[in-house]
Amino acid sequence: MEKFLIHGEKDDYEIVVGLEVHAQVNSQSKLFSGSSTNFGSKPNENVSLVDAAMPGMLPVINEFCIKQAIKSGLGLNAKINKFSVFDRKNYFYADLPQGYQISQYSDPIVGEGTVEINFPDGATKKIGIERIHLEQDAGKSLHDQHPSKSYIDLNRSGVALMEIVSKPDISSPEEAGAYIKKIRSILRYLGTCDGNMEQGSLRCDVNVSVKKDGDPLGIRCEIKNLNSVRFVMQAITTEANRQVEEIENGNEIIQETRLFDAVKSETRPMRSKENAHDYRYFPDPDLIPLVLTDEYINNIKISLPSLPDQIRKNLVDNYGVSEYDASVISEEKEISDYFFLASKGRDGKLVSNWLTTELFGSLNKNNLKIEDSPISPEQLGELVDFISDGTISGRIAKDVFAEMFETKKNPSKVIDETGLKQISSSDDLIPMIERVISNNLDKVDEYKNGKEQLFGFFVGQVMKESSGKANPKLVNQLLKEKLN
Amino acid sequence: MSEIVSKTILQIKEGLKKREYSALEVTDAFISASECNKKLNFYNTFTKEKALEMAKTSQSRIDSGEDKILDGIPIAIKDLFCTEGTLTTASSKILGNFIPNYESTVTQNLWDAGAIMLGKVGCDEFAMGSSNETSFFGEVINPWSKVINKNLSPGGSSGGSAAVVSAGAALAATGTDTGGSIRQPAAFCGVTGIKPTYGRCSRWGIIAFASSLDQAGPITKTVNDSALMLNVMSGFDPKDSTSANKNTPDFLKACGNFNLKNLKVGIPKEYQISGMSSEIINLWETGYGWLKDRGADIIEVSLPHTKYALPTYYVIAPAEASSNLARYDGVKYGYRNSQNHLDDLYANTRADGFGNEVKRRILIGTYVLSAGYYDAYYRKAQRVRNLIIQDFNKVFKDVDVILTPTTPSAAFEVGSQQDPISMYMNDVFTVPASLAGLPAMSVPSGLSTNGLPLGLQIIGKQFDEENVLKVASNIEDQAKFPFLN
Repeated sequence: MEKFLIHGEKDDYEIVVGLEVHAQVNSQSKLFSGSSTNFGSKPNENVSLVDAAMPGMLPVINEFCIKQAIKSGLGLNAKINKFSVFDRKNYFYADLPQGYQISQYSDPIVGEGTVEINFPDGATKKIGIERIHLEQDAGKSLHDQHPSKSYIDLNRSGVALMEIVSKPDISSPEEAGAYIKKIRSILRYLGTCDGNMEQGSLRCDVNVSVKKDGDPLGIRCEIKNLNSVRFVMQAITTEANRQVEEIENGNEIIQETRLFDAVKSETRPMRSKENAHDYRYFPDPDLIPLVLTDEYINNIKISLPSLPDQIRKNLVDNYGVSEYDASVISEEKEISDYFFLASKGRDGKLVSNWLTTELFGSLNKNNLKIEDSPISPEQLGELVDFISDGTISGRIAKDVFAEMFETKKNPSKVIDETGLKQISSSDDLIPMIERVISNNLDKVDEYKNGKEQLFGFFVGQVMKESSGKANPKLVNQLLKEKLN
Repeated sequence: MSEIVSKTILQIKEGLKKREYSALEVTDAFISASECNKKLNFYNTFTKEKALEMAKTSQSRIDSGEDKILDGIPIAIKDLFCTEGTLTTASSKILGNFIPNYESTVTQNLWDAGAIMLGKVGCDEFAMGSSNETSFFGEVINPWSKVINKNLSPGGSSGGSAAVVSAGAALAATGTDTGGSIRQPAAFCGVTGIKPTYGRCSRWGIIAFASSLDQAGPITKTVNDSALMLNVMSGFDPKDSTSANKNTPDFLKACGNFNLKNLKVGIPKEYQISGMSSEIINLWETGYGWLKDRGADIIEVSLPHTKYALPTYYVIAPAEASSNLARYDGVKYGYRNSQNHLDDLYANTRADGFGNEVKRRILIGTYVLSAGYYDAYYRKAQRVRNLIIQDFNKVFKDVDVILTPTTPSAAFEVGSQQDPISMYMNDVFTVPASLAGLPAMSVPSGLSTNGLPLGLQIIGKQFDEENVLKVASNIEDQAKFPFLN
C-alpha cells in the first residue's frame, strides 16, 4: 500500500494514530452490581444501591464480565494477565455517583496482542494491542430537559466497558477504519460486545500526531468520544490537517483533548481543566486483586468460536470465494453463518456471487440487515441449484430472485407459478427459431453474405420469442445449425 | 429497675428465661437509663418507639419458646451503620437528613437474632477522631466524668457506643474500628471492646472511612457478652468482597477457661514508648503478672516497625477516606448547598457539610495520592504496612497473643487536646493491629491514680479471636474491675 501522507504547503507529513476503543461488555448485569444493562429502559430504572453510590455500599465483581474480557483478549491474540488489580480513578462529575470510576490502571486484565487488518485489495497489516482493561461506565447528564436544571440518568452507571488500547501503529484514516471494523467484527464473533455504535456500545478515542519522515514522534492530541467509523476517519484527517497547518505556521502543537465537530468539520479543544486533572489512581480497597489460574484461562480458550481471519481463509481455500468477497462475508458473523448454510453442498463461488451482489444489493436498497432477509439461506441455495442444473438461466434467476425477495416464496414455487422455467428442449426451441428465420429472411441473406455480427440479433429475437426463457446455450447451438 | 441496668447480657438472658422480668421491662429500664443521662448526649437518634415495638416481638417469641440468642437485649448502634428507616448520619451535617432504605449486614444479623434497637449513638464525624469531639451533633460525655467532676471525653470514634454501655444505658453497642475506634473508647469508658480480624464482619451498609481498615465489633461490659455479640455479628457476606469465607466458631466457648498453661504471651518492647506514665507501665506489668499466675509463658518480643505504624496509618487511612467521601457531593442525597454551577455546588456543599477534621483528612488523603507524591507517601506507606504485617507474622511464630496497654493515658478532658498530632497519638498502641488486620481487644483492667479506667489490649493471630477472648476473660477475672453500673 502506498504511504499515506498529508501534503502541507512546505512538506509532506506522516500521521501516527493510536486508538482507544471503549467496548461495552455484552452482559446481563453491570460490572459490580446486579442491575440490568438493558438499553432503552426508562431513566434510572436500572440503578441499584451500589450504582447510586449510597453510603456503605460495596462493589462485587461480576465474574461473567471477567470471562468476557478474557475471551476478548484471547480473540485479539493477547496475553491474559493472571494477576490484575482494580483501581479507583478519582474525579468529580454529576453523573459519576461514587466520585471515582473503578478501572484498571497499572495491572490490566489483558496485556499485549495483535490484530490483522484487511484492505479491499487483499493487503493486510498487523496492528499492535497495548492492553485491554475493564472499567465502569459513567451515567448520563441530560442538559436539555429543563431550562435551568440538569437531569442525571444512572442506567449506564456501572455498566462494564473494555478499553482496548492500540499501539500507535496506525498510519492512515483508512487503517483506522479497518482497525475498528476488525475489532468490532472479532468482538461480535466472540459475543463479548454487540458492536452497536449508534447505541454507544462501541466508542472511540483517537490519538493523532504528525511528523516528517524520519523525525521523532510529534505531540499528540486526543479526540474523544467518536461513535462511528466515518467520524473516526474524518476526525483523524481533520485533526492531522490542523496540526500540519499549525506546524507550518510556526506554532507548537499542545497536548490536549479535543472534540470533533462533524458539522463544521473541525476539532476544537474541550473546555476543561484536563491538564490540571489528577486522577489519583490507587487500588480499590473494596476489591481484592483478581487472580486467574491457567486452567481457568484455558477453559475459556477451548470454548472460543471461529474468528473472521480463520473463516476468511477457509472461504478462500475451501470454497473458492474471492479474497475480497471472503473478507466481506467473514466480517460479520451473521453473514458468514448465512453463507455456510446457503452453500452447504453447493458451489461456494456461485453462492458467494449471489450473496454479495444480488442479496446485499436488495438488502441495502431496503435498508435491511441479513438477519431480516426475506430470502432464507436455504432458499438462496435452492435458487443457485436451479441455475446450476440449467432449470433457469442466470438472467431469469434475477427475476426469480426479485420475486422471492418480494414474496418470501421458495424459488421452485416462483418458477412454477410464473412459468419462468428455462426452455431447454430442441423440440420447443426449433419452431421458435424457424419462426424468427422466416420473419427475417432479408437478414438471413445478409448474414450468409458475411455479416456475421447479425448472429447476436437472431439470438435476441429467439430470446424475445421465448419471453427470455430459452436456454441461451442451446439457442446458440441450434441457430448455428440452422443458419449454416 | 436499676438492678436490671447493672446486669450483663448473659444475666438478662437468664432472667428473661426465668420470667423474672419481661423484654418490655428490660427495654423500659434501659430507655429510662438513657433518658436520665440526657446530658451525656449519647444519641444522635433515639428510637424509643421502635425499641418498645421490638421488645414486644421479642417477648412474644420468648413466650412461645421460640426465642433467639439476643431476644430481649436492648442495644445501641453506632451512627455509622445504615439502619432502614432510621436516620443514619455518621455524625456529619452532610448526612444530617439521610434515612437509608436498607439495613447493614451486621445490624440485620443482630435484629435477626432478636436484639432490640435503642437508637443511634454519636461518634466522631465519619469515625474520624479519637475524642468524639468531631461529631456535628456535639461530643458524647464519658460517664466517668462524675468521678473527677470534669467533662471527660469518651474517646473515639465509637465514643457513644462505649459511653452508653458504661453508663448502663444499653447492654451492648456496635462499634467500628479503623485505627482503634472500638478499643480506645472502651478503655476510656471502662468497658470491653473487640475489633475482630479484618473480614470477620461484613462492611456492607457501614459508612466507609478507610475500607482496608474498617471493621465492626461489639462494645459490652464483659468479655462473655462481647463473645456472644461477636457470634451474631460475624459471618461471610457475599456482598462484601473483603469478607472472609470462614465459619464463625462459638466465641463464647473460648471464654472462662482460666488455665493458660502452654499459652505464650508476647510483650513487645517497642510499646514501651518514652514518656509513658508509670501508671500505664504498672498496669501492663500487673496484667502479664496475672497471665503468668494462670500458667502462661511471658516472652519479650520485638515488632521493630511499630514506630512507623502511626505515620503509615495517617497516610493510608486519609488516602482511602479522601476517595470514599467523594460520594458526598450534594447531588444524590444528604445535605446540599444549591448553586447554579456544578463546581460551586460541590465546593459549597462539602465546605458546609464536612467538619474540620474530616476536611483535614480529605486534604491529607488527596495530597498523598496526587501525582508526584504518590510514591513518596502512599506507595511507601503500603510498603511499610507490609513490613508491619511481617513483624507480626514473625512474632506469632513464637507467641499466641500479644499484650499491650490499649492507650498511653486515661480519658482526657473535653477540649484539652487541640493539636491534631497529639490527638493522633491516642492511637499509637491500637493502630499496628489495624494495619495488620489482626483481632485486638481492650479489657478494662484497672484505674488510674485519679480513678479513671485503663484498659489492656490483647492482639491475636489472624482469625484467632478465640485466644484473644480466652486471655481477655482471664484478665477480666483477675482485674475485678469496678464498673460504673
